[in-house]
Amino acid sequence: MEEKKLIEVQHLQQYFPVKGGKLFEKKVVKAVDDVSFYINKGETLGLVGESGCGKTTTGRTLLRLHEPTDGKIFYDGVDITHAKMLPYRRKMQIVFQDPYASLDPRMTVGDIVGEAIDIHKLAKNEKDRRNRIIELLSLVGLNSEHANRYPHEFSGGQRQRVGIARALAVNPEFIVCDEPISALDVSIQAQVVNMFEDLQERMGLTYLFIAHNLSVVKHISNRIGVMYLGKLVELADSYELTFHSVHPYTRSLISAIPIADPAENRAARRIVLEGDVPSPVNPPSGCHFRTRCPYADEYCSQEEPEFKEVSPGHFAACHHLDRVK
Amino acid sequence: MKKENASVAAETENNATKNVYNPEYLVDIQHERLSFFTPAGEVKALNDVSLYVRPGEVLGIVGESGSGKSVTAYSLMGLTAHPGRLIGGDIWFSGHHINDMTESEMRKMRGNEVSIIFQDPMTSLNPVYTIGNQITEVILLHTDKTQKEANDRARELLTLVGINEPDKRLKQYPHELSGGMRQRVMIAIALACEPKLLIADEPTTALDVTIQAQILELIMDLKKRLGMAVILITHDLGVVAGTCDRIAVMYAGKVVESGPTDDIFYHPAHEYTKGLIASIPNLKDTEHKRLVPIEGFPVDMLNPPAGCPFAPRCHSCMKVCLQHMPEYTHLTDSHYSACWLLDKAEFERQREEKA
Repeated sequence: MEEKKLIEVQHLQQYFPVKGGKLFEKKVVKAVDDVSFYINKGETLGLVGESGCGKTTTGRTLLRLHEPTDGKIFYDGVDITHAKMLPYRRKMQIVFQDPYASLDPRMTVGDIVGEAIDIHKLAKNEKDRRNRIIELLSLVGLNSEHANRYPHEFSGGQRQRVGIARALAVNPEFIVCDEPISALDVSIQAQVVNMFEDLQERMGLTYLFIAHNLSVVKHISNRIGVMYLGKLVELADSYELTFHSVHPYTRSLISAIPIADPAENRAARRIVLEGDVPSPVNPPSGCHFRTRCPYADEYCSQEEPEFKEVSPGHFAACHHLDRVK
Repeated sequence: MKKENASVAAETENNATKNVYNPEYLVDIQHERLSFFTPAGEVKALNDVSLYVRPGEVLGIVGESGSGKSVTAYSLMGLTAHPGRLIGGDIWFSGHHINDMTESEMRKMRGNEVSIIFQDPMTSLNPVYTIGNQITEVILLHTDKTQKEANDRARELLTLVGINEPDKRLKQYPHELSGGMRQRVMIAIALACEPKLLIADEPTTALDVTIQAQILELIMDLKKRLGMAVILITHDLGVVAGTCDRIAVMYAGKVVESGPTDDIFYHPAHEYTKGLIASIPNLKDTEHKRLVPIEGFPVDMLNPPAGCPFAPRCHSCMKVCLQHMPEYTHLTDSHYSACWLLDKAEFERQREEKA
């Protein structure tokens, strides 16, 4: 694999205004707060975290579907934080979570896939367009007769394939996969995961794979980032992260995953976290995780931990890394 | 305190003439058939489903969406929605023959002897009533307690399910609580009358992993303390592996395999079960293994295949599979599965013995 950074974000911030408790009071939700990472060409970076931790917002802001509040986004070394996005839309695409809501029910599958071809004027004539659509559909395991059907005629797994075909229509280099398999049945999930892997191998794609299911993310990713309340708390190689995690949140997240093996499940020692994720409108001071952290002390509430390298390529943000070990 | 009603006694007399049920079982579903009569045609949601649950046992029902796992559990409470209709089989619950119970008899049973927790805690609580109101409603309905006693009981229940500051919570509305908290309130409501059976229909699917661990731990802990039986419906094999005594695997309205948890995971007999186990990535794997998916798509329940419903997706499908549904083969006393391959294996073994 080439060690060339395709995507890089530096200190990315995405704040959303919310209505405050009092009249004219302005508050912000810090959905993404000072997140930095890069993705090498041909690599898959996984992003995990609980709902509301900002993983989807990170993916969307990266594509400038939201205008970032602050920070920089680089694509292939070029700063695209304020650039015109149309040329980059050909290179960066997204597959959405819900295959039921992300396809226009009034368009045929052929038109859904063909829309991007039209916008970017990728087809010379009608015949060329049609051939391209059929080629794309066969790439994702559908056939030519499916092009004239409407989304409601398909099952969830097939719809997700249409969503993937649409993303591939412009020959992108980079795809944000935003929980692409969470809405699918278990027996279909493996099909779609394998398809993502095949497409990556065939077309040299780079993925940002967002999901809350750590087992699947670990399976598909080279490196994994863990988010909690808008911040990246740990980032490492996927095996390093699952077997040698250093952040207390990552550890409890891993231990909370039910293992599909009765004996291992009985032997597993769970670290069950107390309480719920605090509201992102009023995150705790200092380290955001301190309210649920078994290691938290006075210092954690005063000082925010720095996101630093603990071993080559392994980053974590915690004051008590030595104690967690 | 549970009221004994006269109808139960009357029913027990009727039982003698009806199909016999096994008194060892708390739940005994025999050959249940249930169809939804939709404008597009009859959907055979349940096609000859037989299940049992012993008192105090945890049964996991696994299967994909539309396989009939929720429908089975709902029919046990008489909650089959229109246009669905029970068209065959017997459902026994704790001596009651559900098939002939009237709506008012059902109402006395629901929430009292059998309770349910739904998947989505956001929509299953009433947004315009306080938490306290919704818990005491069940208590006042099924017991002789006064309002004050019911309030005390509600406070006790909230403490039981691990909600702090119960007095404050009783006065709050559902929207003021987080998802995990609401699911705890749902559990408190379900447990208000100490039911013999708790049906948990995907209780953690809408929750985050760390909250899921909390809720599962709570259900298992309460099960131990109150000695109730639990039917856990889920599509997550990880969840059943850690919690259930026995598992029933459903596919297209049929129980294709059933057995003790360890047998299902370590000696799966049905090709669908095997496929399901092979298709999920294991977090403990130390190297990248390609997943083995189950090819094809779920069955169209309007036009189910004639034979085994899994045959079109099965990689060892034989001619007979397409035409005839296999009978159950018992591998052990409690582990059985419906697959022609088992018959074939049995046949070959017998032939070898003869030779």
